[in-house]
Amino acid sequence: MKTLVLAAVAALALGTTAMADPLKIGVAAEPYPPFTSPDASGNWVGWEVDFMNAICKQAELDCVITPTAWDGIIPALTSGQIDVIMSSMSITEERKKTIDFSDKYYNTPAMVMVAADSTSTPDAAGLTGKIIGVQVSTTHEAYTQKYFAPVASEVKVYQTQDEANQDLAAGRVDAVMADSIALQAFLDSDVGKACCKAAGMVADDPEILGAGVGFGLRQGDPLLAKLNAAIAAIRADGTYAEITKKYFAFDVYGE
Amino acid sequence: MMSTGEAIAVASALDLLALSPPGWGATLLAGLGNSVIIALGAYGLGFAIGLCGAFGKLYGGPITKDLLAVYTTIVRAVPELVLILILFYAFTGLLNQTLLSWGMERVQISPIITGIVVLGVVQGAYQTEVLRGGILAVPAGQIEAARAMGMPSITLARRITIPLMTANALPGMANLWLNATKDTALLAVIGFSELTKATYQASATTKAFFVFYPAAMALYLLISLTSTFLIGRLEKWARRGQRDVRGQ
Amino acid sequence: MKDFLKPHRIVLILLAAALVAWCALSLNWTWLANPKYQLLIVQGIWRTIWIVVVTMVIGMVLAIPIGLAQAAGPWYLSAPARVFCTVIRGTPLLMQIWLLYYGLGSLFPSIPWIKQSDLWPYLRQAWPYAVVALSLSVAGYEGEVMRGAFKGVPHGQLEAAKAMGMPPFTLLRRIWLPQALQRVLPTLGGETVSQLKSTPLVSTITIMEIYAVTGRIRQDTFIIYEPLLLLAVVYMGLTGLIVLLFRWLEGRRPIRTA
Repeated sequence: MKTLVLAAVAALALGTTAMADPLKIGVAAEPYPPFTSPDASGNWVGWEVDFMNAICKQAELDCVITPTAWDGIIPALTSGQIDVIMSSMSITEERKKTIDFSDKYYNTPAMVMVAADSTSTPDAAGLTGKIIGVQVSTTHEAYTQKYFAPVASEVKVYQTQDEANQDLAAGRVDAVMADSIALQAFLDSDVGKACCKAAGMVADDPEILGAGVGFGLRQGDPLLAKLNAAIAAIRADGTYAEITKKYFAFDVYGE
Repeated sequence: MMSTGEAIAVASALDLLALSPPGWGATLLAGLGNSVIIALGAYGLGFAIGLCGAFGKLYGGPITKDLLAVYTTIVRAVPELVLILILFYAFTGLLNQTLLSWGMERVQISPIITGIVVLGVVQGAYQTEVLRGGILAVPAGQIEAARAMGMPSITLARRITIPLMTANALPGMANLWLNATKDTALLAVIGFSELTKATYQASATTKAFFVFYPAAMALYLLISLTSTFLIGRLEKWARRGQRDVRGQ
Repeated sequence: MKDFLKPHRIVLILLAAALVAWCALSLNWTWLANPKYQLLIVQGIWRTIWIVVVTMVIGMVLAIPIGLAQAAGPWYLSAPARVFCTVIRGTPLLMQIWLLYYGLGSLFPSIPWIKQSDLWPYLRQAWPYAVVALSLSVAGYEGEVMRGAFKGVPHGQLEAAKAMGMPPFTLLRRIWLPQALQRVLPTLGGETVSQLKSTPLVSTITIMEIYAVTGRIRQDTFIIYEPLLLLAVVYMGLTGLIVLLFRWLEGRRPIRTA
């Protein structure tokens, strides 16, 4: 029985690359500029990708980007499909029950984006009776469900942030809540400039919105110490500032 | 003659579809390649499972028959998307758990293999039914005659049952092949980069929906029309020597 | 019934019952007690059911002329019908849904007057797109089935009716259509089950049917398998209901085979 299963596993492993050596970095399989987005040849580019390359060089790891569906990314980690989650995932107590997080590597506030001619403010009063779009499985969805769902007319849940932005441009939702930088990237694009504007930052709730973004790892994974050391090293020797300068005019580390 | 506006639109559409960057054509074709590979693999695996299942259901013991009936009923009653999700996490999760409990390292199975296994298990249930119907349609007299002559079971399967069954089962199997090619699109929901996901990413990044979706649909149609044509020829070959339904 | 309960079957049934009991007791079902989730689950199941019913009805209504056009129509009717069926059956449903929802959605900003029109409240929501996409899908697949059904009605019946001077529409209404529908009834059950299994795809355009609800529960609680198991049980239950319904329908219409 054991030999049979081992033979089958060996046959399956033939279809894979080297066993266990390259580190599979799970990234949400959707465009999320400026952090991660695919370019025309299918390569992944963006701030987070550059950051990952710097970390992997620092920690001497062989990293491979593995696109995974966002709403299955934690199960993919816990079942072994990927080894690390690096997809702008916020560090929250709720998630810590299932996975471990590295130290944060960036922290930006959450923002509400509305149509260009809207007068809504980013709080429960301003969003009463509106249709709000959020991405599934995000801290923004949890925040919206807690603070805005009681007064909003409907909360629409999308598989990817990009789809939510598209529906705001199409007029199907009145407001979208997500990370300020990701939304700013959309507002800087042609479509975004024409359709939408920022309504402002939401009141912070660290318990729901989390304390920054970190790498996700399986509980008890020894890789955690290596990644934390690499993050500290990159911050100290200026590589972090260099990468950030290419994309942003300010430090995204937050306090 | 096209107006300048139309000409510009067509030119920019062709630009987007170009094979080299910044055109997305190569990514779409790579996605198409992935789709076809997964479809072929899943179909092949499904056929192997289906063959065993069909023989098991017809000639197996009572427990085999019941277990196979449970397998086919469950797989055919639950949506493929749900099955894909369950199998996707269960397959790698269980595999890694077993390996860990035997004291070995986790193994990374490539996404294509996982997709093939998952879709193959789903296809296997449908193939079991189609092949079973095909075998049942083989004239009983032929099988009885072969048995009367003392032909061993495996030779009987190889020389009589399978060739005759193929002709009967081909329409059903053709349907299943087309389903396999379209089911690969469901893997987009788990993030695999096959044609549907590649199309989604291209249109989401460039906002040019009406360029990429029709192009991708044309590619899927290409697969299905080519398959239908080839399977039609295959069926004619499989039915060679048999009398036509109309008696000609 | 006694035939069914052979000894090995009883053993298997007991094993299955033990498996179900083990699942019920040892897996994590605490989330089922949450009234918020209970409401969502019931709403999700209701949405799934009405999507299946509505799209099957509209799809069949569309499929009849499509099948008729291919079986008996002149080339300028049968050719478009043929093309429609080929395209629908040759491309994935997921792609059709996305093209309809996001593709049309991307056109809205360039049509400024659309926000003032009466259609706008419907164009804003997701369910009209789901209904249209799924109905067209049903029409495409059932159009093929109806084509075969129309062609399969014995030609002698149609000739006899024509010989008696029956006008074409009465012929369709009294002879051709009822017999075609009767031939199709056995397959309709299977087709409805197929439709049921396509409904999860509309969760990708924000419709909270039962698949999306379990997705929400899974991501709220981080439990992987139990909600999926519930989902599988729900779909098996709905499939069983559909099969029973069609068996009852078939039983009501006496089929007279000459």
